[in-house]
Amino acid sequence: MSYQYTIRGFTYRFDDLRELLAKASPLRSGDVLAGLAAVTYEERVAAQLALSNVPLKRFLNEAIIPYESDEVTRLIIDSHDFNAFAPVSHFTVGELRDWLLSDQADTIALQKLTMGLTPEMVAAVSKLMRNQDLILVAKKCEVITRFRNTVGLKGHLSVRLQPNHPLDDVRGIAASVLDGLLYGSGDAVIGINPATDSPAATAKLLYLIDDLRERFEIPTQSCILSHITTTIELIEQNVPVDLVFQSIAGTEKANASFGVNLAILQEGYEAGISLNRGTVGNNVMYFESGQGSALSSNAHLGLDQQTCEVRSYAVARQFKPFLHNSVVGFIGPEYLFDGKQIIRAGLEDHFCGKLMGLPMGMDICYTNHAQADQDDMDSLLTMLGVSGINFIMGVPGADDIMLNYQSTSFHDALYLRRVLGFKPAPEFESWLLRQGIMDSDSNRLFTGNQKSLYAGLFEA
Amino acid sequence: MNKILKTNIEPDEWQSLRAYTDARIALGKTGVSIPMAESLAFKLAHAHAKDAVYSSLDQGPLIDLLKEIHQPVVSLHSQAANRDIYLQRPDLGRRLADDSVRKLQQLHVQPADLCIILADGLSASAINENAWPVVSLLIQAAKKLGFSVSAISLVEQARVAIADEIGGLLKAKMSIIFIGERPGLSSFDSMGAYITYAPSPGLTDERRNCISNIRQKGLSAALAVDKIMYLVREAFRLQITGVTLKDNDTSHPSQLPTDDLPNGMIS
Repeated sequence: MSYQYTIRGFTYRFDDLRELLAKASPLRSGDVLAGLAAVTYEERVAAQLALSNVPLKRFLNEAIIPYESDEVTRLIIDSHDFNAFAPVSHFTVGELRDWLLSDQADTIALQKLTMGLTPEMVAAVSKLMRNQDLILVAKKCEVITRFRNTVGLKGHLSVRLQPNHPLDDVRGIAASVLDGLLYGSGDAVIGINPATDSPAATAKLLYLIDDLRERFEIPTQSCILSHITTTIELIEQNVPVDLVFQSIAGTEKANASFGVNLAILQEGYEAGISLNRGTVGNNVMYFESGQGSALSSNAHLGLDQQTCEVRSYAVARQFKPFLHNSVVGFIGPEYLFDGKQIIRAGLEDHFCGKLMGLPMGMDICYTNHAQADQDDMDSLLTMLGVSGINFIMGVPGADDIMLNYQSTSFHDALYLRRVLGFKPAPEFESWLLRQGIMDSDSNRLFTGNQKSLYAGLFEA
Repeated sequence: MNKILKTNIEPDEWQSLRAYTDARIALGKTGVSIPMAESLAFKLAHAHAKDAVYSSLDQGPLIDLLKEIHQPVVSLHSQAANRDIYLQRPDLGRRLADDSVRKLQQLHVQPADLCIILADGLSASAINENAWPVVSLLIQAAKKLGFSVSAISLVEQARVAIADEIGGLLKAKMSIIFIGERPGLSSFDSMGAYITYAPSPGLTDERRNCISNIRQKGLSAALAVDKIMYLVREAFRLQITGVTLKDNDTSHPSQLPTDDLPNGMIS
């Protein structure tokens, strides 16, 4: 089915939903690279006007990637909840936007709607929303997850402590972990990107964090971000795995380029659950995704990168993750060119993920060949804080010396907690107070207790 | 009027841990924020990285040096007209501009074993500062072992895969491209070498071997050439490069290509 809109006597035609969604997307370099972006400013708004008139039901009848050829489409269609959808089934995309912003759409109403919305509906409505709309609606969503602590409660902000080291040096990683803990970071997860995917190296890091966590009774969880098949192998060997990690994307083909499919994810999920290591809950998955990843593996199948990204959220929510992280600025300037595009994409990802029911966090970040700097990160960090983001990254000094990009720091997390009055995850905050590391206003205490955390680890 | 006391930066008592990592730990704080000196040190490192991304190949000195050792040189350009297009259109950086294609065709070269390419990539500074010692040692080592070396190409606005087209046009059995890697805050002048057997347009990254982090404070020129020559000999013996050809060094993780694809997310 084609879609059209006439402006000043000129009729713009869009062959199908896929083209309409792409042309309606706010400008970003990745869609230009893929040859999918609107050619003029007017064409983009024409597409948005046409999209605003599309009935939500239409998305259930027109798959943007065929059901037969893509298991992500099959998941989306097969898991759609008609009962949850019923209350909004008579809306157009534009009417959904107006309702989301209304006072009727409160936290409970949004939670009830979650499984009634497909990723394409959510992507569509986000394209019609301004940044403040994305913030306002996301703030109303609440997605709470539990493992050894509770992440996502309103008024709380958690941090993934990211202590990467280019050679996976155990003492180097331990030094960064301690720095982060002593700055109040690490309640979302202590998560290491390993320099290699070797099972032995991964196991060594898992034992390092687990030992530290047990010794000091830290109510948090660990994760080594190795390939899910490596993690499954380690679980079979009884290595202490808390969260099971995998990068995912929004098409079957893009997932294949990551070396995964839904069956492998299910296997990883079941392996993680089987360990039963969570103490307050059993959300065991940690997913990452990012706009542009499908295009970078030439697996976008004519979809714009934001719609592709939201489809990956349908994959994620199937496995009730503890954390879902959009690595927004990481994929590079050929997908998100500058601070403006990164900020827009970050707010879209957070909004779309939350509306889909995901515990969204973000790697608020950029590479050195993008037109962005720490000021842009401060803007996005603050906006996402206002939006009620579940967690952000804590990288020493915001400088990841292994992945060579810039993210947010332990100090940045303290800034956000300070200006917005946020607390760490409650179980973790109690631990910080108990250890005498910080007071309830995130002021560091000088009790001498901190020394006990690192004295033992670094003796010759 | 009483003067306000200057703010004492709260130092972190675990500063000794800095010995174990180059990560920016134990920075101290004022309030909850990063102290002035650390904030500006970060900005300076970022400025170096940005300047490196926008740096240009300094061709004059390289051409002079290559002429001194009687090595023919050819200057080429990709289809990306400028840096901002280059950054947004990696596809254009992988193809030679039409006039550069003609230039190579008009050379009427004899087939050779190796063609060596120097490309700006994401940091021309890396080439300006590191290429000459590596290339001169490599030419010496290659010729000593009887490998013939084609004209040296200097390419602007180039990505790794441009070596496939150049290698094909120069009828070389192997291409070796030296290219500026994506600058990090701790290294803005890091050079990578990508080696491809039987180069021709359309190859993908799993057909290449990569040696990364060639710079004064990283992998030295002599060591880099040793590693490259090991791979060259093995590649000619097995008539292949890429994932099936293993590095001789087990002390470091094998590097994935870092020029076109960030490798962190796909961990």
